[in-house]
Amino acid sequence: MLTIHCPNCGVTAEETEFHAHGEAHLKRFGPGSSEDEFEGYLFMRKNPKGVHFERWRHQYGCGKWFHVARCTMTLEVFGSYSAQTVEPPQEIIDAIQDRRPDFAAGPAR
Amino acid sequence: MSTRLATGGRLLNTAKPVNFTFNGKQLRGYEGDTLASALLANDQMLMGRSFKYHRPRGVVAAGPEEPNALVNLGREGRFEPNQRVTTTELFDGLEASSQNHWPSLEFDVGAINTHLSKFLPAGFYYKMFMYPRSFWKHVYEPFIRHSAGLGKAPKARDEDTYEHFHAYCDVLIVGGGVAGLEAARTAGRSGARVLLLEQTNHFGGRAPVDGGTVDGKPVDKFVEEILEELSQMENVQLRPRTMGAGVYDHGYVLGYEQLTDHAPAKAGPRHRLWRIRAGHVITATGAIERPLSFAGNDIPGVMLAGAMRDYLVNFGVSVGDRTVLVTNNDNAYLTAIALKHAGLDVPAILDARVLPQDSELVAQARALGIRILMGHAISSVKGGKRVTGVAICSQAGEGAVLEEIACDAVAMSGGWSPVVHLWSHCGGKLRWDSKRACFSPDVDNPPKGADGVGFVTTAGAASGMFPLDDVLHDAHAAADGVMTTLGFKMPRDISAPSATRREEAPLAPVWMMPNGASAKLREKTWLDYQNDVKVSDVRLAAQEGFVSVEHAKRYTTLGMATDQGKLSNINGLATLAGALDAEIPTVGTTTFRPPYHPISIGAIGGGARGATFQPLRRTPMHGWHDANGAEWEPVGQWRRPYAFKRGSESTHDAVMREVKNVRENLGLLDASTLGKIIVKGPDAGRFLDMLYTNMMSTLKPGKCRYGLMCNENGFLIDDGVVARVDEDTWLCHTTTGGAESIHAHMEEWLQTEWWDWQVYVANVTEQYAQIAVVGPNARQALERLGGMDVSKETLGFMDWADGTLGGYPCRVYRISFSGELSYEIAVDASHGQALWDALMALGADLGVMPYGTEALHILRAEKGFIMIGDETDGTVIPQDLGLNWAISKKKEDYLGKRAQARSHMTDPERWQLVGLETTDGSTLPDGAYAVGEGTNDNGQRNTIGRVTSSYHSPNLNKGIAMGLVLHGPDRMGEVISFPGVDGKVYEARIVDPVFYDKDGEKQNV
Repeated sequence: MLTIHCPNCGVTAEETEFHAHGEAHLKRFGPGSSEDEFEGYLFMRKNPKGVHFERWRHQYGCGKWFHVARCTMTLEVFGSYSAQTVEPPQEIIDAIQDRRPDFAAGPAR
Repeated sequence: MSTRLATGGRLLNTAKPVNFTFNGKQLRGYEGDTLASALLANDQMLMGRSFKYHRPRGVVAAGPEEPNALVNLGREGRFEPNQRVTTTELFDGLEASSQNHWPSLEFDVGAINTHLSKFLPAGFYYKMFMYPRSFWKHVYEPFIRHSAGLGKAPKARDEDTYEHFHAYCDVLIVGGGVAGLEAARTAGRSGARVLLLEQTNHFGGRAPVDGGTVDGKPVDKFVEEILEELSQMENVQLRPRTMGAGVYDHGYVLGYEQLTDHAPAKAGPRHRLWRIRAGHVITATGAIERPLSFAGNDIPGVMLAGAMRDYLVNFGVSVGDRTVLVTNNDNAYLTAIALKHAGLDVPAILDARVLPQDSELVAQARALGIRILMGHAISSVKGGKRVTGVAICSQAGEGAVLEEIACDAVAMSGGWSPVVHLWSHCGGKLRWDSKRACFSPDVDNPPKGADGVGFVTTAGAASGMFPLDDVLHDAHAAADGVMTTLGFKMPRDISAPSATRREEAPLAPVWMMPNGASAKLREKTWLDYQNDVKVSDVRLAAQEGFVSVEHAKRYTTLGMATDQGKLSNINGLATLAGALDAEIPTVGTTTFRPPYHPISIGAIGGGARGATFQPLRRTPMHGWHDANGAEWEPVGQWRRPYAFKRGSESTHDAVMREVKNVRENLGLLDASTLGKIIVKGPDAGRFLDMLYTNMMSTLKPGKCRYGLMCNENGFLIDDGVVARVDEDTWLCHTTTGGAESIHAHMEEWLQTEWWDWQVYVANVTEQYAQIAVVGPNARQALERLGGMDVSKETLGFMDWADGTLGGYPCRVYRISFSGELSYEIAVDASHGQALWDALMALGADLGVMPYGTEALHILRAEKGFIMIGDETDGTVIPQDLGLNWAISKKKEDYLGKRAQARSHMTDPERWQLVGLETTDGSTLPDGAYAVGEGTNDNGQRNTIGRVTSSYHSPNLNKGIAMGLVLHGPDRMGEVISFPGVDGKVYEARIVDPVFYDKDGEKQNV
């Protein structure tokens, strides 16, 4: 069971207080978008073995959403950050590269 | 025979006898005994029967690794099967019985299987199911069901209680042997919070049994002093009878405390599950001795050398008068020496090794006059229900018998394996230690925590350090290193205690005894005692292509029993490696999974049981309903009245009465559970336009509008009436089950997509009690309450108004889910019961009756209103339900709009909502499928529709239903067939879904 830090209320707590909601930084495509764009938005998800940016909600706490950068293999957590952003902030990228020098911050999809 | 020695044992209180029964026989032990030692003291060597062949089995170990001696304990509400005698503390009145035999332990018909073993080889389950097909149901399955499982499941409800306990510490130490104690003392000196768990009821582990001195004192004295020192440290907590069960992500550890198993009369919970978050975990879990693989190694009386030493020293129990020791290492000589000192006979030591010169322990044994046969092995053990002797051979050969030695016990040792389970649970890697022939922790690859740094360290024997001096130094260094890493200040002037050192000759790996054992011997050589897996089975699996250790495990069931292969795994994979001609480390181990040792389901459940399993939500009128015949229906965590029964009335009759009364007189519905969500802010209208398929921003204050909500997949997820409260405030009603999820859905979009929109949402469901006043007399009832103009002119259909009714401040919505004249009155939750009472009283001569959810369903179905969860199932879009009128064509966007434009969503072949009427007036089975022409690839009839709701309507006096049907709206009047699971075929006509008052005249009065 992971320990997760909520950047909204500042609490570090057990995973059971939170709920994971999959890949972060998806761009919404609505009416007028192509079939490929909409398919990508609705269904296609990254499933990396390694660094992953995820959406989380402090379900049984403050109720707020946030993002977590995490390694899916070692379960290492690089940091939590605001959900109100379209890409990971520089300090999160720095924290990842500090421990994974090979990690390249790709463009948000 | 096995017996109690007059000398007593170090854990025994001979002043306190304890009475217990085994298979109904009255027996006596002493305080401090385990059930195993007490049974042995009473010469009860035969303790159970094996799983597959029903072989007679005795105890082989002295700890949680015991595979054989599992018993039923207790009776009725305290009955529990598969309890290990080695971990069961004796108490007065303990009742144990043996399992897996018929008719008796001494004579078991199932033992015939041992003669059928040729027909029950590895993978026989899979093989027997191949053919013939007709045998599956009538022969194989009954056979396997009959043989499956060791003990019997308890039938009575568990009488005991259980609890969870959350704990936090800087360092958690698992294991209270000398390594754990030394680690605790070292860590404790830093001032850090230290928690130590010990699975047994005593500290010190096996070291006092093996003897030696620490800092010049006997080990027992050292343990006593260190415990005294630890008791002075306020930051150190020791928990006996608490096992470290599993290590999980980020330093999460489960502990399992047995509070009353040893004293059932004691008050309080039986087990406590410790949910621990540790900054670091030190596993001082010791080591487990390995059996040797020789023919007849499962006959009662063959025991691990260390276990025999434990029984002798701790409990004063002699397992046999004449014990032959067979070993591949020096350590086991301690057993022969201890037996000899106790005055027992050791006719021979069979040492598989050939040592160039006697090591210290070999010399000691020789000096005691014990006959030592180097390079020798057991060819086979003689005896049935008890060892009678051993046939010996040379280890190098194929088992030709050189001599037979009469004995009644065999002590065996194949070396020791560190208990690496907790290290491995969360990903710690292992390395093969060829010197000690065991897997030990690979310190370079520990399980990693949230920060990417290892959070488990092993100490003592768990690290693969076996001599006492090494154990203490390793434990001291481990704790010192951990505390320094965690940033605690460590006193520099204290070093590890020193213990006596012994020069030991190296162990020789022995995986088969004798080395070239014949097939006949291999068939009698057990690896996994509990699951009856033999050397021949593992070799067969390898031969049949199960070369991966994980596959071989499942094919043979090696290591799959309740002991999870604590004794058998290493021998099994060495056998597999041998059969594959591969190195042991390349074959690898199977995965270690928690718990280390079985824990009770009760402990996992903790207090979450019965009424405390889940919170129950009650409306303000819950108590009234309960007192007035409510039959409850669970709806989410709420309980809603399904119907209010009167006297001896049946539930069906009550529902019919309620439905008719609403149409004819006056009904009251407790609608408090419906979700009520306030949406407020400058962008609230824009936000609701995105959430609902229709337009909410154009709604005027004072008005209500029915709305549909979809997810981004386009599927309908919720519906309800929205009221505009003022310029920037809306109140959204949701379904009862949807209140929390729709609130969360709103928050998700506001926080993660449209975070710059100025909107607040608040779930106020429980702040209000809401009562639907429904029926032709509804207006009259409200007028009698008085205080508001509820006339058609002032409060028209789909209007709402704030005011006072009967003195209660309220909001009245003129909305209807029944097609009747209907008002929903929302008052403060605290006024709900009073308003309900007032309506019941003043409505007496208006024919007022409360009604439940089933009447609500029938009333809405008569009107063709959809119900989320009946007409929808997560794959239905509003367009399927004829709800196009509720989908805005003007809006550029709403959640689900893009998805509803996908080709599958616009497919004219999608099943559409229609009404269904049986040709004979009967009620269609809910969920039944309509069949069409032809069959599918599986030879089943093609389906062309299904029933989504079906009821008997008392107003129309016939069955009415709704369903989704292929091209339904274009097939009005057509009759289609619904085969029921009852074998009957129901014929139903496709009709308009609105069965009652098609023009809506009744609700608009």
